[in-house]
Amino acid sequence: MTLFERFQKKDPVALSKFITYVENQSKDYEKFLSRIYPMTGKAYRIGMTGPPGSGKSTLTDKLAQKLSSQDRTVGIIAVDPTSPFTGGALLGDRIRMQALSSVKDVFIRSMASRGSKGGLAKTTKEVILVLDAFGKDYIIIETVGVGQVDLDVVDNCDTTLVVFTPESGDAIQAMKAGLMEIADIFVVNKADREGASNLIYELDSFLDLKRKKDNSFGKCWEYPVISVQATHNIGIDLLWKKIEEHKKFIQDNGIFEKKRKAQIKSEIKKLIENRIKEITEEKVKESFDIENIVEEVLAGKDDPYSASERFLREAKLI
Amino acid sequence: MERKIRVLLAKPGLDGHDRGIKVIASAFRDAGFEVIYTGLRQTPEMIAEAAIQEDVDAIGMSVLSGAHMTLFPVVLNLLREKKAEHILLFGGGIIPEEDIEKLEKMGVGKLFTPGAITSEAIEYLKEEIPKRRKEEKLF
Amino acid sequence: MSERESLKKIREEKKRWEEKVQNKNPEKKYQTHSKIPVEILYTPDDLDDFDYFKDLSFPGEYPYTRGIRHNMYRGKLWTMRQFSGMGTPKQTNARYHFLLERGQTGLSVAFDLPTLMGYDSDHLRSKGEVGKCGVAVDSLDDMETMFSKISLDRISTSMTINAPASILLAMYVAVGEKQGVLSEKLTGTLQNDILKEYIAQKEWIFPPEPSIRLITDIMEFCSQHVPKWNTISISGYHIREAGSTAVQELAFTLADGFAYVEAGIKAGLDVDSFAPRLSFFFNSHLDFFEEIAKYRAARRIWARHMKEKYKAKKKESWLLRFHTQTAGCTLTAQQPENNIVRTAFEALAAVLGGTQSLHTNSMDETLALPSEQAVQIALRTQQLIAYESAVADTIDPLAGSYYLETLTNKMENEAERYFEEIEKRGGVLKCIEEGYFQKEIANAAYRYQREIEKKERIIVGLNDFIIPGEKIEIPIVKIDEKVEREQVENLKKVKQTRDNDKVKRGLQELKKTASGTENTMPVILDCVRCYATEGEIVDVLREVFGEYQEAPMF
Repeated sequence: MTLFERFQKKDPVALSKFITYVENQSKDYEKFLSRIYPMTGKAYRIGMTGPPGSGKSTLTDKLAQKLSSQDRTVGIIAVDPTSPFTGGALLGDRIRMQALSSVKDVFIRSMASRGSKGGLAKTTKEVILVLDAFGKDYIIIETVGVGQVDLDVVDNCDTTLVVFTPESGDAIQAMKAGLMEIADIFVVNKADREGASNLIYELDSFLDLKRKKDNSFGKCWEYPVISVQATHNIGIDLLWKKIEEHKKFIQDNGIFEKKRKAQIKSEIKKLIENRIKEITEEKVKESFDIENIVEEVLAGKDDPYSASERFLREAKLI
Repeated sequence: MERKIRVLLAKPGLDGHDRGIKVIASAFRDAGFEVIYTGLRQTPEMIAEAAIQEDVDAIGMSVLSGAHMTLFPVVLNLLREKKAEHILLFGGGIIPEEDIEKLEKMGVGKLFTPGAITSEAIEYLKEEIPKRRKEEKLF
Repeated sequence: MSERESLKKIREEKKRWEEKVQNKNPEKKYQTHSKIPVEILYTPDDLDDFDYFKDLSFPGEYPYTRGIRHNMYRGKLWTMRQFSGMGTPKQTNARYHFLLERGQTGLSVAFDLPTLMGYDSDHLRSKGEVGKCGVAVDSLDDMETMFSKISLDRISTSMTINAPASILLAMYVAVGEKQGVLSEKLTGTLQNDILKEYIAQKEWIFPPEPSIRLITDIMEFCSQHVPKWNTISISGYHIREAGSTAVQELAFTLADGFAYVEAGIKAGLDVDSFAPRLSFFFNSHLDFFEEIAKYRAARRIWARHMKEKYKAKKKESWLLRFHTQTAGCTLTAQQPENNIVRTAFEALAAVLGGTQSLHTNSMDETLALPSEQAVQIALRTQQLIAYESAVADTIDPLAGSYYLETLTNKMENEAERYFEEIEKRGGVLKCIEEGYFQKEIANAAYRYQREIEKKERIIVGLNDFIIPGEKIEIPIVKIDEKVEREQVENLKKVKQTRDNDKVKRGLQELKKTASGTENTMPVILDCVRCYATEGEIVDVLREVFGEYQEAPMF
């Protein structure tokens, strides 16, 4: 049996190996993606972001348990940072998902960011597709969670949650970082702690502006602020209810479709860009004596603008 | 793109002494590995399952409690059962010489004893893992 | 010459002298294990604000820097207490008789992991671990066997047990009852230090709050019924073994101690009713002088805080009494005989630091459980120090050393800095939850390992003076897999022969008490008396209290 056949037979070993294959962008991985593409589109994607220590993993764990208890299959992608100095990474999100190891049909994959800066890894988007094609009903994507830059998650998810805790002065940070603009549901974790009600109030007053603004467009999503205590499994049901409401809201209002269209569009554009870049680089390497031209430019016999224009023409790229 | 070495580090059994495994985790990270640390008190089932989902090249287990003759063989068998015998199982702990020999005969990789230098383990994995990776028929 | 003039002269003369010192190795940084810089020479100038009465005073007098007793080792040598336990209670009983016959003066019980974690020997999670790194105890029956023909009124017993400490204490009291020894007469120590479990050793069961409640229950129960019992042995040992520096060991351990004091006060106990029963447990590592300074600083800090901050009035509340164990993490698997020498130096530091009791490690402990021969050498090491070296003849003989006093002051200052940091972060529990201690320790451990690997730190036989292709030729103790079977069978027998209705009622009662606020100790004692097992009791408590889960930090 080939690995792909095993994948189709829902063998987790095969799923895992294909994820590696895609993650490493190994030879012809695009062909694999194009092959599984028709099998995708069924999974609902939930993004989970927020600062370190806010309890993203614990919350993911509880949500996945909840989903699993309703007989839905779950894929989890947990992203942690790669060290810029050594290229290595310590991926520790599974520690907080211990209970899931005995839960059927939950598949957890840790990914190192590998230099990507937007809170996800370079190939998280593709790994989502692999999990989707494998038949996962829900995919939860947990970002690196360094705060300022975790915005990529929104482009790749249908419902995005931001998780806060009372003690961190994160709310302000999040507002600055633009998270408030893009998230759909706001979660205050460890809500039994001092400062929780303050934080909820703060978030609510900020969101009121947003709600009013949205209202004038007639969209009416409520941007709820939900208090939970993830470790004690308190508030998870309500949170889940809100996620479902949001799912229904975006589906009923054409937002889901719009999001998917935008995703596909940006994906195609990106693929074209990448490909053009590759082709150009190859051509430059093979037929463009750039070192020589640099010398010419320095000597005042040529200039960068004419040189590049000339190259593109000669290479029949324009 | 050079394929990263991915290693799952786990502490099976009831023992909570995690100094060694944490030092190893940091050293592996600094050697450029991607390390999945699963925490304390993992059952063999949890370890095998996690290793498969993470598609790691190797599992490193730290056993200081004397339960190595129970824990290593169980994980090894689980990997075989789950058709994941390509994953290298190695480890460290307070393990007498004769037990090391027995475990290695069963198919467990190198076992490091107290005082071992982290770079030994790093070199070992760098050498061993490429040998174990094989081209698989994808389609 | 006035004192001031004299110091000035020393300072000038030292400068002159220093010019003649040739630094042959300018690259090498001289510092203690805790990274305190070490000068080439110390003079009175380093102690310019030294105040004998304030800083040292006399042994047995505040602030106890020089020792907690007036006559120290002339009155009574330290207790030689080798930590041991293995296999079945019967095997452990035999080892205890062996040790007592060879002159050991106190017992120290090592339990196996299932017992430490509250699982009976027949639990699925116990598989492969029964009797392995300590003795397996499931019910009172095992405890009776373990202390068979050992009169509990003649020995003191230390039990290394934390999360389920109340149960093992109850069993010990119940064994006393069977022997006809009143609980008032029992002497010994429970480790019972759950905070360091969260910080370092990770053998927890319940979350911090109920765990602390179990501890304050023990403190209260003992103050009424087992007054000579040391209720908590606040332990730096494991913090150090997890990789901390000496300063961190000192600071985190005392911070834990203060947290227990605060918990006791918060539970409504008078500080002087329980503080005298708190004791400490430190590590003795390789850096000889730093270790001695650590013990001296510890006594001084504890006395000052207890008197001034917690307003304890009894002298006994100010005393920091401690047990020491030589550092297991300094032993090497290579050339294991060298461990005998390492252990001897570490033991000497503990004695010079004024320890009340001592465990010396056996040379083979990085390979397996210690053999009888290795244990005997370890015990003999203590006896050599006590009877041959003459170091115990005078009290605190290194006091007044310019270096040692400087180091003692430095350690105290560094510890105070940590106390401030912990306070700033919201206290010990908060720091545990946020992984502050864990992170500090893990960083120190990694740094230490890297120093060894880069050979900035030489460990003989490990990264230098290696014997290539060394063959280790010392006998190895193995625990027979039969132990698990025997233990499980015995447990089955106990469950068949006891009054199971009584057990059921006892456990129901326990559930009620644990859910409320009454002291849990009396009910637990009732449960063990009718042979309820440790696992059954812990299961009830788990159900009421929940289980702790850690968020590991790097």
